Amino acid sequence: MAGASLASGAATEVLMPVSEEEAIAAFGDGADIVVVGGGTIVVPETSYRRLRPEKALLLGRAGLAGVSTDGGRVTIGAATPVQELVGMPAPLGPCAANVADLEIRSQGTVGGNICAGEGHEAPRGDLQGAFLALGATARSAANGEIAEEPLEVFLPKRDGRLLLSVSYDEPAAGAYAGLDRPHTHDYTALSVSGARGADGTVRLAATGAGSHGQRLPSAEGGDADAALNDVSPHDDALASAWYRTKVLPVLVRRVLDELKESA
Amino acid sequence: MNFTVNGVAHEVAGSELTPLLDVLRNVLGVTGPKAGCHQGGCGSCTVLVDGEPRRSCLLPAGYAEGTQITTVEGLGGPENLSPIQQAFVHHYAAQCGFCTSGMMLAAQAYLDRGGTDDHEAIQEALGGHVCRCTGYSKIIDAVAAAARGESFDLTTTAVGKYTTMATGGAE
Repeated sequence: MAGASLASGAATEVLMPVSEEEAIAAFGDGADIVVVGGGTIVVPETSYRRLRPEKALLLGRAGLAGVSTDGGRVTIGAATPVQELVGMPAPLGPCAANVADLEIRSQGTVGGNICAGEGHEAPRGDLQGAFLALGATARSAANGEIAEEPLEVFLPKRDGRLLLSVSYDEPAAGAYAGLDRPHTHDYTALSVSGARGADGTVRLAATGAGSHGQRLPSAEGGDADAALNDVSPHDDALASAWYRTKVLPVLVRRVLDELKESA
Repeated sequence: MNFTVNGVAHEVAGSELTPLLDVLRNVLGVTGPKAGCHQGGCGSCTVLVDGEPRRSCLLPAGYAEGTQITTVEGLGGPENLSPIQQAFVHHYAAQCGFCTSGMMLAAQAYLDRGGTDDHEAIQEALGGHVCRCTGYSKIIDAVAAAARGESFDLTTTAVGKYTTMATGGAE
């Protein structure tokens, strides 16, 4: 047994709740608190002192992990590792498989991926597009109040809320198309997810075409080029806006074709 | 916080947000895991946490509380190299050696999952690990050989000869 102490990170108050109720109470109104799922996004920031949070809320032991299905409705806890989605039907399975590498996918969480802040040099939130295409709802808390709302309503205000889980109805068909990555440690520059619901409605969404995942309603009727009406792609270290503008309709077409084939 | 590292129990006081890598290297003096990029991009810090490969630079130490941690020191030493270590020696899979401990632990986890000598599956398992000497072919050959359960006569390779001489074994 070695008794020893650590210097780094000492200024941050660390909260490690062991239940959902404790996590909600610890989060409070979300002021001055950084939420840590697996740690794959936050820990480099604190290691390099780019981020010195007053408080850190570590969700790893709060019982928020797990995937459950109830009558065709799937619920995924915010602390579920991304790796657990690999192998699920499209768009979610292939989208999750395209996140980082096995080790990071096994540590990084679904909630962390959905709630990731906008990257400085790359789009984050690889899974946002897939969940938007599935018409997912987000269950989240702030000030002790729990709310469930469509993910597209939740995403713009995700900083101020604690995501607890996401839910969606299993689609009749799903599809995913994304740009290949030069290496596993790159984020995906652009991807498109699509799903057709039991009632025949088609939903499309993109990740990497804006500051967070966005629906592509204009293309849902079948005109892939119309997707450009819904987004204004930007330049970053991974790709130029010009390139994204050229590639987006191609990815949308592939997803629409795949959905058509599975009709 | 309490962890067991290579079979030895340790109690460490400090922030649960500190990366496990810093605890291992700076507090416990276990230097097999390397601090390459310290942000999850290179894989040189990978250790096994309850048998699962994890980037120790990304893992808050609080998440390792109560776990069994294996570093390269726990795989085997110069006198009792494990099969994966022998395979790396035999296939010249280490050049500068900086990525080697992370590579071998990811490979060990792959073998423990029942991984085969399929090169594509090995690439998927080791996909987050960077070798800046670009010795990927030999690394993959080594993992494939270990997956086939091959045994190695290390006295037939230059590196193996050096290793056995250095530890007082046969020339």
